[in-house]
Amino acid sequence: MINPLTRDPISVESLMRVVQSPERGGTCVFLGTVRNDGDVTGIEYSAYDEMAGTEITRMLDEARERWPEARVALQHRLGLIPLGEASIAIAAAAPHRTEAFAACRYVIEEVKQRLPVWKKELHADGTATWVDPSGKTVAGGLRDR
Amino acid sequence: MAQVTVRFFARYAELTGCDTAAVAVPAAATVNDVLDRIRETVPGARSLPPRPLAALNLRQVKLDARVRDGDEVALLPPLSGG
Repeated sequence: MINPLTRDPISVESLMRVVQSPERGGTCVFLGTVRNDGDVTGIEYSAYDEMAGTEITRMLDEARERWPEARVALQHRLGLIPLGEASIAIAAAAPHRTEAFAACRYVIEEVKQRLPVWKKELHADGTATWVDPSGKTVAGGLRDR
Repeated sequence: MAQVTVRFFARYAELTGCDTAAVAVPAAATVNDVLDRIRETVPGARSLPPRPLAALNLRQVKLDARVRDGDEVALLPPLSGG
């Protein structure tokens, strides 16, 4: 088993080992990495840990109901993540690629809708902004919480 | 009366200056009643949006969901995981 929430760098190989088997000939991996939007130096991720863990279990159970032959594993990293490093990795393996892609896509879209995780962008000038996916950002985030 | 624990996260924790608060609400109160009580008792909570995302015992709910003694209500800023 892999802890779905970690403060350490994500190991994609470990995640793949959880889902791969000789019967599953297609493996799909999604990586979300910290993007350089202008002057962003890193992103600090925080979570409602208990609920995030519960939601991840629910999402993976749902994927398993929809694609019974697929196996999906997910890990989300928390804390300060530098540019270019992965904040989330999802590995899905299935007998054929169609199910692997579908299960992987399902889980990342559910993560975006349901996972109680928040990101604060840290800027080169020392300021920070909370990210709101609806497009609004809120200035004045405290850097040291 | 029902004793409810309220948890604040991310930007909402910054607005209220705290991570948790305990409130007492009448039996059969809703999450919205808990929110009203929080706005009265927690400094900074008046800055919360009128209808924030909320979870009750680790599951997202609408604001008209009923709370019971010992429940945990969480107020969730717009989610941005992934």
